[in-house]
Amino acid sequence: MGNGAPLMSEYEAVIGLETHIQLNTNSKIFCGCKADSWADPPNTNICPVCTGLPGVLPVLNRSVVEKAVLLASAMRADSIQSRSYFARKNYFYPDLPKGYQISQYNEPLALGGFMDVPLPEGDQRRVTITKLHMEEDAGKTVLEAGRRLIDFNRCGVPLVEMVTGPDLRSADEAAQYLIRLRQLLRWLGISDADMERGHLRCDANVSIRIQGLDVLNPKTETKNVNSIENVRDAIQAEIKRQIREVKAGRTIEAWTLDWDEDSGTLRKMRVKETEADYRYFREPDLLPIELDETWRDEILSALPELPLDRRARIAKQYDLPIYDAEILTEERSLADYFEKAVEVYDGEPKTVSNWLMNDVLRIIRSKGVKAGGLQLQPRLLVEIIDMVDEKKITTNTAKSLLDQVEATGNAPVEIVERENLAQVSDEGALRQVIADVIAGNPDQVKTYRAGKESVIGWFVGQVMRESKGKANPQLVQELLREMLAGE
Amino acid sequence: MTEHLCDLPAYEQVRRIKDGEISAVELLKSTFERIDAVEGRQATTEPYTPSPTDLEKVHAFITVTRERAHAQAESIDQKVAAGEDPGPLAGVPLAVKDIFCVKDTPSTAGSKILENFISPYSATPVKHLEEDGAVVVGKVNLDEFTFGSSNESSAFLPPVGNPWDPAYVPGGSSGGSTAAVAAGEATISLGTDTAGSIRQPAAFCGVVGMKPTYGRVSRYGLIAFASSLDCPGPVARNITDTALMMNAIAGPDSRDATAANTPVPDYSKGLMEGVKGLRIGLSPEYFKLKYPDPETGELIEQPISPEIESAVLAAAQTFAEMGAEIIEDVSMPNTHHGIPVYFVISRVEAASNLHRYDGVKYGYRFPDEEENLRELYKETRGRGFGIQPKLRILMGMYVSAEQYEKGHYERALRVRTLIRDDFERAFDPSGSYKLDCLLTATTPTTAFKLGAVYGDSVLMQYADLLTVPANHAGVPGLSIPAGFGENGLPIGIQFIGPDFSEATLLRAGRSYEMATEADAWRARQPKVIETL
Ligand SMILES: [Zn+2]
Repeated sequence: MGNGAPLMSEYEAVIGLETHIQLNTNSKIFCGCKADSWADPPNTNICPVCTGLPGVLPVLNRSVVEKAVLLASAMRADSIQSRSYFARKNYFYPDLPKGYQISQYNEPLALGGFMDVPLPEGDQRRVTITKLHMEEDAGKTVLEAGRRLIDFNRCGVPLVEMVTGPDLRSADEAAQYLIRLRQLLRWLGISDADMERGHLRCDANVSIRIQGLDVLNPKTETKNVNSIENVRDAIQAEIKRQIREVKAGRTIEAWTLDWDEDSGTLRKMRVKETEADYRYFREPDLLPIELDETWRDEILSALPELPLDRRARIAKQYDLPIYDAEILTEERSLADYFEKAVEVYDGEPKTVSNWLMNDVLRIIRSKGVKAGGLQLQPRLLVEIIDMVDEKKITTNTAKSLLDQVEATGNAPVEIVERENLAQVSDEGALRQVIADVIAGNPDQVKTYRAGKESVIGWFVGQVMRESKGKANPQLVQELLREMLAGE
Repeated sequence: MTEHLCDLPAYEQVRRIKDGEISAVELLKSTFERIDAVEGRQATTEPYTPSPTDLEKVHAFITVTRERAHAQAESIDQKVAAGEDPGPLAGVPLAVKDIFCVKDTPSTAGSKILENFISPYSATPVKHLEEDGAVVVGKVNLDEFTFGSSNESSAFLPPVGNPWDPAYVPGGSSGGSTAAVAAGEATISLGTDTAGSIRQPAAFCGVVGMKPTYGRVSRYGLIAFASSLDCPGPVARNITDTALMMNAIAGPDSRDATAANTPVPDYSKGLMEGVKGLRIGLSPEYFKLKYPDPETGELIEQPISPEIESAVLAAAQTFAEMGAEIIEDVSMPNTHHGIPVYFVISRVEAASNLHRYDGVKYGYRFPDEEENLRELYKETRGRGFGIQPKLRILMGMYVSAEQYEKGHYERALRVRTLIRDDFERAFDPSGSYKLDCLLTATTPTTAFKLGAVYGDSVLMQYADLLTVPANHAGVPGLSIPAGFGENGLPIGIQFIGPDFSEATLLRAGRSYEMATEADAWRARQPKVIETL
């Protein structure tokens, strides 16, 4: 490297992500109010408890603990504590009605953990978890025409705060981590993990260092990023900015930055006047969370095989490309669907995979349902594939049959019979159709006979159209060649 | 002397109402007449100029809920007329310490900052008392947010006077409760005890007051002071009525995670069973006060007032004569840590509990500051809180600040377990003492004069020295009247028992009542009602 300034490529980024995950419980963490207020008018899901009236007390919603335990376990926590505590984090803000947030602090539910994130190049990145705890959300302040309006609907919505170590090395890796985290949260059924709706919020801590040096330089914190694309863009912009600054001989200061989605730029947020002292102490209104063996086992009995594990197993067990396994395990319901179908199908699993990836996914996406919610159940799909295999119907017929079964829920075999969709393999009938097509298109016949045999495809299309897609395409081609050559 | 319905014991009021001898409305009328006769001018948050007549009146109430009470009393009478059970506290006039939220009533905590707060809900113990037929006659005064032992720190003045001599304090912070009950302005009252706030004023006003085991009574709706110490509890004129109140308020609550699920006994049963075989302990640590000199920090030892000491010893003698075993020299070596530990824990919790009073959602808001949030907070809290909350916030903020937190709050929690250990040793059925309860003085002195101690917050706090250990340990304590001092003011004695031993304490108290029933001092009446 010599004495000169390091090149751009000689820097690497050091990134840690702080995520807030909104758990999808029915009620809030400390009261009976509805937890999810998306699209509800302000201050409609509130009560004395979550608005901090004098004299009220919090009562812990047990399903919050259960969902947090599932997450901690899926993140392979070193330890899920049999006893943990809530603390009070004291500060003043109008949308914090009690003047303190009830949050776990130095005695949290789980310690340690990691996720091995597969990278597109085929490597994987181990992302360690330095913090995983439960807390309540605060309300929302809206500034409008010089007035400060507060919506308490969000107060007391259950969150898990999860913080990674400084383990990510690029904006793309950060995005990959979030994609995998979102997949996991939905897979476990503990959060809708919709970033646009604030179910998954992310702050990014970014610093840079010279490649290979094991140091942590001052970092900035980027807040207010509400999609995975934005996280990637914001981190990318911040890495570039830091390299620019360092190369210009300036030092990086520990700023808090705000990502402006519209302009795609980072803005420095107002520096806090003083370092906040939250004066944490144990929440005396709540008992310690006692997670005894029985409860813990009960919770973990609901822990499914995790997506990356299942991806690997599906690829191996059914001899599928990792590409297929990846798509089939994007979502748990689809993976279940696939395995149910394979179970009742006698052919190659790859055939089922193809049908799923090409056609069933199209129906799933257009209907906006999960695989498990389809009328076209796995055994019905397999019935259709079987008929194709047995050449009872054409692939085209099968495709329209998928939609018909999905719309009606009727058995495919019955539909085929009722609507007379079976392939036409009756030679006599086909010869008549072909003779008509040949007679009606003398120009094309001339072209074919002049040696341009590729026109045969056009003839097949015509015959298929005349037979409403039911003709056996192989037989059509055979007869066409014979009859076109005939005279 | 004419009989006033309001002076009858609750159990007698209930009997007469159920038997149709009197109506709940008549009883309520008698109570309001008493209030009108002894109460004096209405306490307000306006600038206070004392007048000599203030020293003749009780000033127990912040709010008298006449219409609400009337409606409740009428519904009791309707139930009786319809042959329905009107409840074990049917028609009994109840004064609620104004630290409890009661639906549709101002719930002020004795503070300007909540002066205009009308609660949309009722505290769980209030709800239970009303379900049992009690009639809420009003909300009674207290030290601001319960921060005090004399009632003088309330934002609502004139301060409550002691019915036995209104120039003296009623004690605190449940001084409005004990004064109202002593003066017949209510038959029973719901108070709270964080360091002695029920027992100390009960002793000062010559009534019965009990701090139940922590968690025995739900705190839901109790405006929090020190959450890990606060206990709602009964104030009454006798043990039997106290038991009726306990029957109403004790029990689990789905709204309070710290409320105990331990089964609730019938506290009225077994009251008459006597104390034969009961092991009652006397501890030397409860006969002297040990506290650090404010200047030098050196521990000073001072005996409790001799007349109170003799009252305790005389009571022990009485118990011995009734067949109890008196165990002397029970060692409670950590008693003197009670106040310093209390200073730390209560202030840290209080400072946090008071955060929510910011002028944003309810209560007082400084009107001229909409733009600047910090100024709004500063002005609202600066003007809304009195001196006691401010002192406690400052100290709480200080000791919980990051650089001290380990040194103070956590150490205080550890010392607190030492205090708890003292009690566990004393009550351990296989230990050397095997006590059923301790017998102690409730307070080191009888009531002091208005203004005599107020302003010296350290000295004021030492009025709680004998009561605060039970709060740290979470165990129940009961104060009952045991005679009078030379100044004509009541003396209280205290029983402290193991967790959930309320029934035992009440039985001991009832035995003492029966043994002293014929004593001349029992016939005395508070000065404010003598002449009525
Ligand atoms: Zn709520």
